[in-house]
Amino acid sequence: MTDLPIDLQHQRSGAASWLREAGRAYGAIAALVALLLFNAIFTDRFLSMQAFRLNVTQVSTVIIVAVGMTLVIATGGIDLSVGALMAISGAVAPLIFLSDRAPFDIAWFGTVSAFAIAILVAGAFGLFNGILVAVFRIQPIIATLVLFIAGRGIAQVLTNGSIQTFNNPDFQYIGLGRPLGIPFQAFLVIAIVAIAAWVVRSTVFGRYLLATGGNEPAARLAGVPVARVKLAVYVITGLLAGLAGLIVISINKSSDANLVGMDMELNAIAAVAVGGTPLTGGRANVVGALIGALILQLIRTTLLSHNIPDAVARVVTAAAIVIAVLAQRGRAT
Amino acid sequence: MTETQAQPEPLLRMRNISKAFPGVIALAGASLTVGRGEVHALVGQNGAGKSTMMKILAGAYRSDSGDITFDGRSVEFRTPQQAQASGVSTIYQEINLVAYRSVAENIFMGREPRRIGFLDRPRMNRDATALLERIGIRVKANQPLMNVNVATQQMVAIARAVSFESKLVIMDEPTSSLDDREVATLFEVIRQLKRQDASVIFITHRLDELYEVCDRVTIMRDGRTVAESPMRNITRLDLVARMLGKELGEVRREGQTAFTEGKDASDQVLLEAKGLKRGRAVRDASLDVQAGEIVGLAGLLGSGRTEVARAIFGADRIEEGDIWFEGEGVAFKSPADAIAAGIGFCSEDRRREGIIPHLSVRENLQLAALPLLSRHGIISKERQRELVDRFIARLGIRTSNPDQPIRELSGGNQQKVLLARWLCLHPKLLILDEPTRGIDVGAKAEIQALINELAENGLGVLMISSEIEELTEGSDRVVVLRDGRTVAELRREDISQDAIMTAMATGGGETSEPQPTIVVGVPEQPV
Repeated sequence: MTDLPIDLQHQRSGAASWLREAGRAYGAIAALVALLLFNAIFTDRFLSMQAFRLNVTQVSTVIIVAVGMTLVIATGGIDLSVGALMAISGAVAPLIFLSDRAPFDIAWFGTVSAFAIAILVAGAFGLFNGILVAVFRIQPIIATLVLFIAGRGIAQVLTNGSIQTFNNPDFQYIGLGRPLGIPFQAFLVIAIVAIAAWVVRSTVFGRYLLATGGNEPAARLAGVPVARVKLAVYVITGLLAGLAGLIVISINKSSDANLVGMDMELNAIAAVAVGGTPLTGGRANVVGALIGALILQLIRTTLLSHNIPDAVARVVTAAAIVIAVLAQRGRAT
Repeated sequence: MTETQAQPEPLLRMRNISKAFPGVIALAGASLTVGRGEVHALVGQNGAGKSTMMKILAGAYRSDSGDITFDGRSVEFRTPQQAQASGVSTIYQEINLVAYRSVAENIFMGREPRRIGFLDRPRMNRDATALLERIGIRVKANQPLMNVNVATQQMVAIARAVSFESKLVIMDEPTSSLDDREVATLFEVIRQLKRQDASVIFITHRLDELYEVCDRVTIMRDGRTVAESPMRNITRLDLVARMLGKELGEVRREGQTAFTEGKDASDQVLLEAKGLKRGRAVRDASLDVQAGEIVGLAGLLGSGRTEVARAIFGADRIEEGDIWFEGEGVAFKSPADAIAAGIGFCSEDRRREGIIPHLSVRENLQLAALPLLSRHGIISKERQRELVDRFIARLGIRTSNPDQPIRELSGGNQQKVLLARWLCLHPKLLILDEPTRGIDVGAKAEIQALINELAENGLGVLMISSEIEELTEGSDRVVVLRDGRTVAELRREDISQDAIMTAMATGGGETSEPQPTIVVGVPEQPV
C-alpha cells in the first residue's frame, strides 16, 4: 500500500507533469523577466540609475534575511524573530561608534567593533532561538515568537527608548556606499547568495541541512548531528538579520527600535515561498529566495509607479504570493 | 474448534467481512463472534487485519461485503458516534482525548450534563469522580488531563467507555504504555466489565496477558480468520504457530530463501550486550555477535526486538545493562557514536526512518559517508561520484540515474540504497531490522544473498525478522526474545521453526519435545 502512490505518481509523468516541472524550475524566473520587461516598456525612467538604486536599496535587506530564512525553513523550522533582531543590532551599533569611551573613541576601531559586536549580538540571540528549538524542542514558530515579542523591547531598553541619529560615513558605507555607482549592498547580496547557494550544494553542512528537514528521524539514524544543524541555522539567520539591521540604519542615518526591520519576518518568508522553497522543509532554494524577493519588490514598484494606491498594491502582492505558491506546488504534496 | 457458549445468542457476530484498499486486500471473508460477558482476544501479526476489522465494527470504515449482527439486530455503523450510541466503544492504542480539557470534560465530552442550557460543572465533576472510583481510580476530576500520567489517561478513556453503558468495549493494545501495576488495575476493570455482563475485545501482542484475562481467542492471518477457540483449549505454541501460519512439526525445508549455510564464524566476539533494560519493552535482553556471523533476533511483535536494536545503536538510551564492542565497554550517546565505532543500522520502517524522500539516490546513499567524502566540510564531487557509482553497480540498484529522487524507486531498490549507505562505510557490524519486509521476491533474494556474502567476508550481522524461514535458513544462531527478555539462544544444529516458535511462545516452558539449548529461562506463567 505504501508503495502505491509512488507508482501512480510515476505513471503520471506525461505532459502535465512536464509542465509542472518546468513551472517549478522556470516559473519564477519567467515571472521576473516579464515584470522587468513590462516595467522597461511602460514605467517611466525604470531603466534609470536612480530607479535601479532605489529598488536595490529597498530589496537588499529582504534578500539577506530571506537567505537565512531559506536555511531555517529547509530544516523544517521558521524564524519570526528576524525583524526584532535587526532592531537589536541597529540599536547596538550606534551605541558603540557614537561612544566616547576608550577604546571605541578611536574612529576606525569604533566603526569596526560596531559592525562586529552588533552582528555578533544578533547571532547570540539567534543561538538563543536555536537552543529553544534544538535543545528544548519547542516548536520553532513559538520559540522565535519569544524574541519577536521581546526583541524590540530589548532594543528600546538599550537605547533608552530614544531615536539615535548620526552621521558616520565610514560606518554608513554599508548602506550608502556606491562603488562603480552601484549601491554597495548589491555586491553584498550577490556575495551572500552565492556563498549560501554553494554551502547548500557543496558542503556537508548543506547536505545535513536538507536531510534534517527532509526526514529528521532518518537523518539522526544516519549519523547526522541534527541538533547542531538546527542550532547553526538559527545562528546564521541571526547573523544575517544583524547585518541587515546595520544596512537599514545606515540608509536611514538613524536607528529607531520601533521601526527597524518592521514586518521583515513576513516579507522574508513571502520571498522564500515565492522563490520555490516549500515551508515543509527538506529543500533550500537560495537563488529562489533572491528571485522571490525581486519579484515582490518589482510588483510593488510597478503598481506604485503607476499610481495605484498602496492599499491595492498590498492586495495584489498577496494574490501574487498565492499564485506563485500554487504554481510551485506539485512535487511537495 | 468447540463452541462453548452455543446456547445463548452471541452479542456480536461479524460474518464474511471483506475490505479492500487500493492495491491491498485488508480483509477477505473474516469472521468474529463474541459472546455476552466475554473477554475475547483478537490476535494476529502486523497486517493480519485486526485493526481494519475493529474499525469496521466501530464505524470508522465501511466493509465491502459481509454482515454484522449486534445485540440481536443487523447493523452497519456509519460513524463512530452511531456505534457508540448503540453500545460499542473503542479505546485506541494512542489515547484520543483532549489533553487541555479536564478529566471530567473528557469523560463527558459530547454529552455534558446541562442545567437550563448551561454546563452543570459540579454535577459533571461529581459524576466523573464516581465513575472513576467505580473502576478503582482516585483522581481529581477537574484537573486538566495532561496533568495525570499516561496510565491514568488510559483509565480515563476506559471510564469514558464505561460511562456509555457500553455493551462491548474494544481495547486496541491498551497495555502498551502501562506498567505492571497499571496493567493489573486494567485487568481488574476488565473483570468488572465482565461481571456487569459487558463484553470486551482485547487486542494485544503479549501472550501472558491473553491467558490472564481472556476467555476465548480469534486468530487472524492475511485478512482471514484462521482459528477460534476457548483460551484454555489452545496452547501457546499452537497459538503462535497459527498466527504465523506454520504447521507444528514442519520439517526444515531449504531453498525458500537465498541464504546458504555452512560457514564458520570466527571466535572473535564483536558485540556483546548483557542485561539491557529500557522501560517495559526491554527488560533483560542479552546477546552477542561474532565477526562473520549472522545472528537472528526472533520474537513476536511487542517482544522488544526493535527496541533492543535501537538501544545497541545508541538511538535510545538504555536504563541498565552493559554493551561491549570489540572488547571495549561502550555507551553510545547517539547513532553518530555507534557509526563512528563501525556499526550500521537499517530500520524496519524505510519510509519514516530510512529514506530522505526528496533527496536523490546519490544523496541518500552517501549520507552517512559524508564526513569521509569531504575535507574541511567541502564535499569532494569526484570521490562522491566514484563511491556512488561503485555501490549502485555492486548492489545492482535499478535507477534511471543517481540523481533520481529515491522515493520514485521500488521498495527493494530503496532498501539496497540504504544497505549501500552503510556498506560504503565498511562497518564491522550491521543491524538489520526486517531487511526484506515489503519488497518483491527478486530483490528479496538478492538482498539475502548479499547479507550472506558480507558475513562471509567478516561482517557481523544482527538480523531481526518476522519470517521464520529467513531466520532458520539465514542465521548461524538465533536469539529469541519474549516480553523484552532473552529467553533462548539456538545454535545452528538446534535451529528449527518449531524450536523458534516454542521459544517465542513459552520462553522455554511448555514443551512437547526435547528442547534445544536454553540460555536464560523465564519462570513459567500459569496457563
